[in-house]
Amino acid sequence: MSVGIVMLVHTAFNRAEQVARHWAASGCPIVIHVDKFVSKPVYNDFVKALADLPHVRFSKRHRCEWGTWGLVAATQCASEMMLREFKDVRHVYLASGSCLPLRPVQELIDYLAERPQTDFVESATTADVPWTIGGLDHERFTLRFPFSWRKNRFLFDKYVALQRTVGYRRRIPNGIVPHMGSQWWCLTRQTLSAILEDPDRAIYDRYFRTVWIPDESYFQTLSRLYSRQIESRSLTLSKFDYQGKPHIFYDDHLQLLRRSDCFVARKIWPFADKLYEAFLTDQASAMKRTEPNPGKIDRIFAKAVDRRTRGRPGLYMQSRFPVEGRENGLTCAQYSVFEGFNDLFENFEPWLARVTATRVHGNLFAPERAEFSGGQTVMNGALSDSAALRDYNPRAFLASLIWNTRGERQCFQLGPRDRIKKIEWDIAKDPNAQVSVISGAWAVPLFKSNLNFSEIREEAARQQRIESKHLDVLRSPWTKARVRIWSMSEFIEAPMEPLQTIIDEIGKQSQHGLSEVPKMSDLSGFGQFLQNLKNQGMHPYLMGDFPVEHHQNEPQSGKRKPYLVR
Amino acid sequence: MLQSYIMRLRRKRHRLRAFRKHFSLKTVVNRTGKIRPGDVLLFSTMRDEFVRLPYFLKYYRNLGVAHFLIVDNDSSDGGREYLAEQPDVSLWTTKASYKKSKFGVDWLNWLQRKYGHGHWTLVVDPDELFVYPFCDTRPIRALTDWLDVSQVKSFGAMLLDMYPKGRIDAVPYIPGQDPIEIASWFDPGNYMIEKNRSYGNLWIQGGPRSRVFFSDRPKKAPALNKIPLVKWDKKYTYISSTHMLLPRGLNKTYDEWGGERASGVLLHAKFLNTFPAKAEEELTRGQHYSGSVEYKAYAENFQDNPDLWCKWSEKYINWRQLEILGLMSKGNWA
Repeated sequence: MSVGIVMLVHTAFNRAEQVARHWAASGCPIVIHVDKFVSKPVYNDFVKALADLPHVRFSKRHRCEWGTWGLVAATQCASEMMLREFKDVRHVYLASGSCLPLRPVQELIDYLAERPQTDFVESATTADVPWTIGGLDHERFTLRFPFSWRKNRFLFDKYVALQRTVGYRRRIPNGIVPHMGSQWWCLTRQTLSAILEDPDRAIYDRYFRTVWIPDESYFQTLSRLYSRQIESRSLTLSKFDYQGKPHIFYDDHLQLLRRSDCFVARKIWPFADKLYEAFLTDQASAMKRTEPNPGKIDRIFAKAVDRRTRGRPGLYMQSRFPVEGRENGLTCAQYSVFEGFNDLFENFEPWLARVTATRVHGNLFAPERAEFSGGQTVMNGALSDSAALRDYNPRAFLASLIWNTRGERQCFQLGPRDRIKKIEWDIAKDPNAQVSVISGAWAVPLFKSNLNFSEIREEAARQQRIESKHLDVLRSPWTKARVRIWSMSEFIEAPMEPLQTIIDEIGKQSQHGLSEVPKMSDLSGFGQFLQNLKNQGMHPYLMGDFPVEHHQNEPQSGKRKPYLVR
Repeated sequence: MLQSYIMRLRRKRHRLRAFRKHFSLKTVVNRTGKIRPGDVLLFSTMRDEFVRLPYFLKYYRNLGVAHFLIVDNDSSDGGREYLAEQPDVSLWTTKASYKKSKFGVDWLNWLQRKYGHGHWTLVVDPDELFVYPFCDTRPIRALTDWLDVSQVKSFGAMLLDMYPKGRIDAVPYIPGQDPIEIASWFDPGNYMIEKNRSYGNLWIQGGPRSRVFFSDRPKKAPALNKIPLVKWDKKYTYISSTHMLLPRGLNKTYDEWGGERASGVLLHAKFLNTFPAKAEEELTRGQHYSGSVEYKAYAENFQDNPDLWCKWSEKYINWRQLEILGLMSKGNWA
């Protein structure tokens, strides 16, 4: 009989009883504290239910509200009773009614018997731990907290703010160094009695009474004064989420808990029948005899917190709909946008698909329909090619497309003929977008078309207007996409160099490099075409200078570098 | 300020409506005395859904729903008699207009106010199966207990339209059968979301109905956002189906700062072989939303080729699949 259990109970009494019996079966004496909030009949029934166990005591009841002094007072009373009534207890283990012993109790007894002088209490200074809820770390100990955080958040916050403005700071008594840590500890009789019988206990109690969350700092701080040997960890496996409330274990955590190697886990859902059944029978000896190691469970709970606070970038769904600027990435993966390339080159799309092994779409924002690769009418995710559906929410369309094709890079074409107005800003602001523009290349299809010249002139003016505005967007200071813009004349001087740069950046090039070159449209007469437009009073400027005498594809000396924006 | 005053008035008006409309409800059998504190209650309204009832009850009993409170809107297929026999069902019936009761909302608002106060209430249609994170290993009470601890009062679950592969009338549905065995396909990634500025809820559209019936007028496509699970207070009221509630705070089932809140899905097994007949009937009754525009669209499109399936449809496996696809989330529940 070397380990005594102090149990704090406020709900799920049938489970608390079950666990108490389990402890008692291995000969551990138990002192139970029942929250004062619990009604008299319920309390009496509970006491009666455990009446047949000789080594169970019930301590004076306190009101235990989360983060208040009541929890410490309850622990003090129960611990005093434990030390007083069970003289041969060497270690006192603080547990709650929703704690569940995972390993056989005898193993815990043996483990502690081998370490008779060791106190197991997680205890760290405020500077060293990241778990601070509500932005308070050291101030927990230098301000006063008379108002409940849960029930009176407004007053709580106001009072903190007031103390900060007037510069109020409490004196920490006797120069003790505040430590914090898990509420669930296991202390030796020597340490615990030294804390409880300290001549200055009244001073400490008065101080900690208005510290915030004293149950995580009272014993954690004072044990530092007396302990001969502190192991700063809790023997109780307990995980907290980002709001500071404990994660709950359910039946489906059985395997996880079996592998945790911890002595005790908290907190267990009261209706987790399988867990109680599995761990409160003697077959629990199936567990390995190893040093406790709660680390194995860490990953799963860290992930849960991450999902709740950061979410999956690029996902828009019913419970993740970030305001602008908080998306953590508008889309979930990198993609490339090509503007003017399929106007200038005859076989640009199949060529790009061949050399990069990416998915290459046509003009996704074309007025008639979304031109998915391979002429498909429906794409990954059952995304429809309907222009009406796409234009109804172009941003959702793009985000869905990129999300649905995770793992495969997407490329698509864009141009001034497309419905770009509602999507251009989203693309420009998206750091995942790689935008390459050959400005003025839209004139090539017009040049090749069989329209009347007056129509061509009108259309050219319209497209130039749109592209010019679009380039302003791409060059704006809010642009986060990687944007490269060449004028058409600049580009055709040395087309392979910029192409190589873009392909390299996509980084999915097939091994043989750019052995194959896309076929450029025949531009003979293009200069004259532009001159004709000029003669009609429309001034085409986005394509750069084309002399009326045409000399196509003749590399000139003094190549210009590609023009990289940001 | 003015806005919240308007919302307050609206909420009161809806509560008043619920009071007015409740006179048309006739009690068939009232077993609400069996309800214990902490029970999860299911509220539903239905008409001629006998064929679906056996599985519906089985599914929700299995999740741990303790009591069913159902309004029967003048069924004539024996469903009412069947429900009246069930030990955990309380049943009301009415011949009043479905449309004039705001598609059943008024009736259920009344029942929820009377019997749902302080309970977690689940409001679903007979063709909706509620799926939430860990629903295959944890009863619904685990979810509601966790929501209580997290101080969350409402839980969103998007409507996910399920459909069979091939003609929807090809495989007959047998009473008691899991409808998802037949209608086991869904659209995984074509949903569009907008925020409703005045009520604060999200407005979700998309899925097969948008893709097939409304691809030329997407605005008319049915809303898929739902908030079916609420820790009810008698002051609350649903506004339009279970799409949104007042007070508005309950509609914020999503995170706006980049994180994900926990959410579920309502598998919508509407498209079974029973559908064409139902659609025809609804069309003549004209008792559905916005002049039954939805049913008109179905009638036009389904006549010759009643097939919603496409190459990129996904076959339903379990909630984890929906989680990975990004249709629902575990949030910080682990």
